[in-house]
Amino acid sequence: MNTVFLYALVGIGLFCLGLFALIVQAHLLRKILAINIMGSGVFLILVALARRTEGGIPDPVPHAMVITGIVVAVSATALALVMILKVTESSGQPEFPDEESK
Amino acid sequence: MGITFIDFPWAIALILLPLTGGLSCFLWPSVSKILGLVTVIGVMLSATGLGWLVIDKGVYHYLVGGWGAPLGIELYVDGLSLLMLMVTALVALGVSIYSIHYFELSYQRRFWPLWLFLLTALNALFLSADIFNLYVTLELMGLAAVALATLTGSHDAFTAAMRYLLATLLGSLAFLFGVVLLYHSFGSLDIAVLSERFESNITAWAAFGLISAGLVLKTALFPMHFWLPPAHANAPAPVSAVLSALVVKASFYILLRLWLEIFSQLDTDVDILFGFLGSIAIIWGSLQALRQTRIKLLVAYSTVAQVGYLFLAFPLAEKVGVTAWSAAVYLILSHALAKSAMFLAAGNLLRFGGHDRIADLDRVAQRLPITVAAFALAGVSIMGLPPSGGFISKWLLLQSALVQSQWGLVGVMLIGGVLAAAYIFKVLGRAFTQAPLPHEPGVVPATMEWAALLLAGGAILLGFFASEILAIIEIGSPFGAGEVKL
Amino acid sequence: MNWNAWIPLLVVASSLLPGLIIFRLPEERVRTRITLNLIGAFLKLVLVGWMLWGVYQGQHFETRLALLPDLDLVLRAGPLSLIFVSLSTVLWLVTTVYAIGYLENSPHRSRFFGFFSLCVTATVGIALSGNLITFLIFYELLTLSTYPLIVHRGTEEARRAGQTYLAYTIFGGALLLLATVWLYTLTGSLEFTPRGFIHGLGEEHRTALIIIFALFITGFGVKAALVPLHGWLPQAMIAPAPVSALLHAVAVVKAGAFGIIRVVYDVFGIESAAELGVMSPLAWLAAVTIIYGSLRALFQNDLKRRLAFSTISQVSYITLGVAIAGPIATIGGVVHLVHQGIMKITLFFCAGNLAETLGIHKISEMNGVGHRMPWTMAAFTVGALGMIGVPPIAGFVSKWYLGLGALEVGEGWVMFVLAGSSLLNAAYFLPILHRIWFRKQTAAWPHEHNFGNKETAWALLLPPVVTALMALAAGLVASAPFSPLEWAQLIAQREFYQP
Repeated sequence: MNTVFLYALVGIGLFCLGLFALIVQAHLLRKILAINIMGSGVFLILVALARRTEGGIPDPVPHAMVITGIVVAVSATALALVMILKVTESSGQPEFPDEESK
Repeated sequence: MGITFIDFPWAIALILLPLTGGLSCFLWPSVSKILGLVTVIGVMLSATGLGWLVIDKGVYHYLVGGWGAPLGIELYVDGLSLLMLMVTALVALGVSIYSIHYFELSYQRRFWPLWLFLLTALNALFLSADIFNLYVTLELMGLAAVALATLTGSHDAFTAAMRYLLATLLGSLAFLFGVVLLYHSFGSLDIAVLSERFESNITAWAAFGLISAGLVLKTALFPMHFWLPPAHANAPAPVSAVLSALVVKASFYILLRLWLEIFSQLDTDVDILFGFLGSIAIIWGSLQALRQTRIKLLVAYSTVAQVGYLFLAFPLAEKVGVTAWSAAVYLILSHALAKSAMFLAAGNLLRFGGHDRIADLDRVAQRLPITVAAFALAGVSIMGLPPSGGFISKWLLLQSALVQSQWGLVGVMLIGGVLAAAYIFKVLGRAFTQAPLPHEPGVVPATMEWAALLLAGGAILLGFFASEILAIIEIGSPFGAGEVKL
Repeated sequence: MNWNAWIPLLVVASSLLPGLIIFRLPEERVRTRITLNLIGAFLKLVLVGWMLWGVYQGQHFETRLALLPDLDLVLRAGPLSLIFVSLSTVLWLVTTVYAIGYLENSPHRSRFFGFFSLCVTATVGIALSGNLITFLIFYELLTLSTYPLIVHRGTEEARRAGQTYLAYTIFGGALLLLATVWLYTLTGSLEFTPRGFIHGLGEEHRTALIIIFALFITGFGVKAALVPLHGWLPQAMIAPAPVSALLHAVAVVKAGAFGIIRVVYDVFGIESAAELGVMSPLAWLAAVTIIYGSLRALFQNDLKRRLAFSTISQVSYITLGVAIAGPIATIGGVVHLVHQGIMKITLFFCAGNLAETLGIHKISEMNGVGHRMPWTMAAFTVGALGMIGVPPIAGFVSKWYLGLGALEVGEGWVMFVLAGSSLLNAAYFLPILHRIWFRKQTAAWPHEHNFGNKETAWALLLPPVVTALMALAAGLVASAPFSPLEWAQLIAQREFYQP
């Protein structure tokens, strides 16, 4: 149980770290990385949770979820990367324009 | 085979049809227009078939491949999801008819696959019976929606879509985190099972917080609406229509579903917070809409305001559950039709004048009468004037608020209605006048005008079939049985 | 098959369907448009006549469609409905003829006549509504369908007038919605019932009921142009003359006044309303409006604006009659609904003729116009004298009953209001009549059209002459069967004497 708790704590840490970076970092690539780190945090918790069954045989459901989650995260990242390129192409910098929420 | 009409797995068709349709459009782009239209008509028929089935026989379960929970995927349809599916099909039909002549050839091939994938995700979302599938469909929907929002290819569109993407990814991740915590505590992903096992503990609270925050962000409730107006206003007209009409509603649907089935067991005051934020959204969104000088931005801010009304149902539902929830669902339906009609009409005005500046509209009332009629009829529903679906939902909401003397909410609803009239007639007043600088009008194909009017007419017609639709909402009593009805 | 259950719906549909078809007609299909309009107007007249005869013989006409689980859309023909529906139907026919003449060769006629028909549909729906929610639906439909008529000319000024109109009416509509839903949560019913349906609630919900009443009066007061909610009306004069005629005489202001009648008689009931102590404030409000409107009218040089302020004043006679709350005053108030309509529409037709034929808009330009347009001005004179209350024209009958009714219930002050208002009416109408008939033409007409040896087109001349004759007839044979006065007596009887 303690190991699971440790994993969960690390997962939460990653999630928060990612969230912080997502808000603070201006560079779009860093924002995408931040999102990915948050995702990793969640996946870490999921993987650790598979140990919840008694007798040492891992629960397959969280594993299935992680795999699906990773697939989704990869495609989302791919889309995000293309869009970063497009934004950079049109504005010359990989950041949001300065005037916020206009 | 002996499969009768009623046994046909319409629910599966609702997912597989647009999925294969989308893939085919991708593979054979030259015929994507026809493929897309045929697919959407098929979806419409399937939704009708499913509707027949559910109205006839009640709640519908389907175990995909014969495997039930916890291993297999289960589909579930009650009155609430049925109505969401039907309104999705209807809006999809209108938007697809519109798109035939809206996009140039090179854009057709990009639009149809994405749009059909989005439709797949929406249908799958409304059919899902477990929270992990909800996550997957939510994410699929978000990605397709973001990709569609970039279709105009302008700088503004890309920046807006990038914001939208970050917001939607963040929202989904928070939701996923919540899902993980729920699974950890209660060992199931099935909503019905969770509903039974759920009990209040610290993990449940954390899950509730994460899921609500994620979904509220995706639904664009004030103050998390920042991404919505630019994304919706800079997308191509049919995409704006779908984003405002369906995509925003899908995340609200999940929130509603989980709140009803699971989280209402928590003893929280979040409903009051939702009501409060909803009220601010109504006033602030309407004022912002009133300030806008461009039609599409005005319509987008109007969505922010209308989303606020949806959240008013939470504080009201504590005492008069069924009435308040029915009002919210009715608002989802009528707003979906009205707002899509409004965006399509705005697209026509943009095509016609080459711009969407309100002050420079040039006698469009006589030159594009059908478009202006569509905008006006949709406006009637948005303002909540009779006869329209918007009126029915406003009536029910007001009734719920007055019965429990919630004067603050009553005031907000009335002020919101007056402000809505102000921003809608700001546009309509200019429809009759001449612009200072006349210009060469663009050609607007008749299908684009009639598609907008079809949807607006639907929003008006909803005002005449309230009894029937309210009866459908209660199939499977998604709002709980035995509650006091007004 | 029970035809009586469908006739009220048919009455509404007889203008709705032609209206919807007209919207899609190309501009140049003049004949088809005129035919459709006239068929609809005559059909409505026949149907209303049938209902009048039927109700007279004690038949019931009611259409009931489900709207919400516990609320129906109800169209019902009672005596009160019929007096308003007959007025709208007859005047619609006349105004349609007038509008055809007035708008000859002007642009966007399909749009105009489409909304014109919608407007009448809404008015007839208001008249026939059997409960408050139906009333509310048609009331808002009226707001929406009159807006395009006000901004019809498409000028910046017209747009502004339209925005002002909406600002008032949407605000009023919101209050009405609140009042209606609130009342529904208290009573669980919205069905118009003679003597009201709030009995027994007065004890527990006294304050709430008073507020609801105030909300209703404010909401309806906007359309009925009660001071200080009258601001939109003079501005709306920018609309084409047939619209002004219809707005003032039948549709908008009358819908407001009719709403007040409904709320007092069939929602609260006179007794309950009097118990709540809301009737005398209403009477005072009406009295203030009567005097204020007349005073403002005195100082207008623009003919249509003077008529507009006169409307503000005259429509409040109806409210006053209702608020005095005696049987005879009720007769006076209700019958004025019809009489004011006939007289005011005559005046607006004449004003339109002056503008259309000679380009006259201002009173100062009217010197000697009686010799140039004798028929039009004769009709104008009948309308104006009727407004002052000179016997035997219709206006005299209403004022007579209002005065008697006030004395009957010991409200002597009303006599002063009536007398003062009549003096003011005389003060702003008689100088016009003097100019028309006894002064010589001083300058050339501002913008004269030639109609051969006639004074103006027949479609413009016939309507005011007909309505002027109607105003005379309503006064001369006031107690003939089926006259407005007789119906008003029937209504008062139902409200006050029947168990």
